[in-house]
Amino acid sequence: MLESLRGRDVISILDFTRGELEGLFEAADSAWKLIEYRPLRGRLVALAFFEPSTRTRMSFESAVKRLGGDTLVVTGEEAISVAKGENLADTIRMLDAYSDAIVIRHKFEGAALYAAEIAEAPVINGGDGRQHHPTQAMIDLYTITKLFGGVDGLTIGVLGDLRYGRAASSFLLGLTLFKPKMVYLISPPQLRPREEVLEELSVRGLRFKEAGLMEVLAELDVLYVTRIQRERFPDPSEYERVRGSYRVTLDMLEGRAKKGLKVLHPLPKVDEIDPRVDESPFQAYFIQARLGVPLRMALLAGVLGGDGVWS
Amino acid sequence: MELSEACGEGLLVRKIVEGTVVDHIPPGKAIAVLKVLRLWPPKPDGYRVAVVFNAESRKMGRKDIVKVEGHHISREEAAALALVAPSSTVNIIRGGVVAEKWKVKPPEVAEGLLRCPNPTCITRKEREPVKPRMRLVSKEPLKYRCVYCGSTIGQDEIEGYILV
Repeated sequence: MLESLRGRDVISILDFTRGELEGLFEAADSAWKLIEYRPLRGRLVALAFFEPSTRTRMSFESAVKRLGGDTLVVTGEEAISVAKGENLADTIRMLDAYSDAIVIRHKFEGAALYAAEIAEAPVINGGDGRQHHPTQAMIDLYTITKLFGGVDGLTIGVLGDLRYGRAASSFLLGLTLFKPKMVYLISPPQLRPREEVLEELSVRGLRFKEAGLMEVLAELDVLYVTRIQRERFPDPSEYERVRGSYRVTLDMLEGRAKKGLKVLHPLPKVDEIDPRVDESPFQAYFIQARLGVPLRMALLAGVLGGDGVWS
Repeated sequence: MELSEACGEGLLVRKIVEGTVVDHIPPGKAIAVLKVLRLWPPKPDGYRVAVVFNAESRKMGRKDIVKVEGHHISREEAAALALVAPSSTVNIIRGGVVAEKWKVKPPEVAEGLLRCPNPTCITRKEREPVKPRMRLVSKEPLKYRCVYCGSTIGQDEIEGYILV
């Protein structure tokens, strides 16, 4: 089912075809059955998180261990030789020697691609600066597929920090592989998507428009909300100006939204969603978070698994 | 011949026997051409170089010309040249005659030629042995995109990011 994934680097969601993603989603549906086969037994996956992370790292760790593999976890620049002045290239060479695959998160854009050029082992991008977060985009698209039976024909609003948020950019790029009816980009003017992302969306023929939340809320099937990425603002005063500039409340949803609207969020959320939404039928972000493990299990089994994993 | 009209006689400079003439440089770009060819600022022991600004051109109205004596520029140097002066023509002079002539072509992949404008691109990380790599996304106007971070450099900005 996932032969084409074997040994592959996972750098951007656009490295994959729609067919490959659909195959992956199907595999994720039966990922729990893999536990007894332990397709990653004897395999080591390095989790090199040069930037803070809890859920992505733990979700990968959980996925590897449930597949019978083990992890080498390195977190924070201080924990590894980077603090002693080692460059990333040398650190990657070491991890390549010690493990069968490397999951990397780094604050510099392009770090995962660079690591993949150096390492012989497959490299999976766990987030590079503001640029890509392909496994999150896979989870987002998988969640929508589970909730709606597919992505095609849906009206999707993407709200929040579309400039510095890699989850939002990757999700938007991922949507270009499908045929949503319309995608609304909803952000304060300072947080509009970067030109290169907008260009890519146009070139790939995505139907999208910039809009205000209240003006399109009634049309939406999915509202994808993101946090303002405070840590990536070059200027803290710029952050202060946009802080708290949007918030999704239960009243807003009950007053305007379709009954079947689902709210997604890559998490962690801060104050952009009213906690009362958590208990409402609109909430889908905790479902989305739960789907992270089976999706990553399917991906790892595809990238690292031997023959017959899926047969 | 346009080249000889502009450079061969009159005001200008004598013919060279061995060397390179870069012709059809957009007016005002001669200094940028010298920079990418590492001829600017001039060194006391460097090549003998003649620069013509605002020469008349049938094709372009006005153009700049650069003549370098004693050096045949390489295809790699010509690739860098194409970034700042995409209309240029390179004439390789051997024994006083034009031995080769070609129009410069912006490289499909500019490796090690342009610095990425994004300060948090991996290619800008200190002590990292990574060469910046930019892919051509548009010829007219010229535009390159960083392979690593996706940032773009347009025609107007390119000169500021040339690595020389």
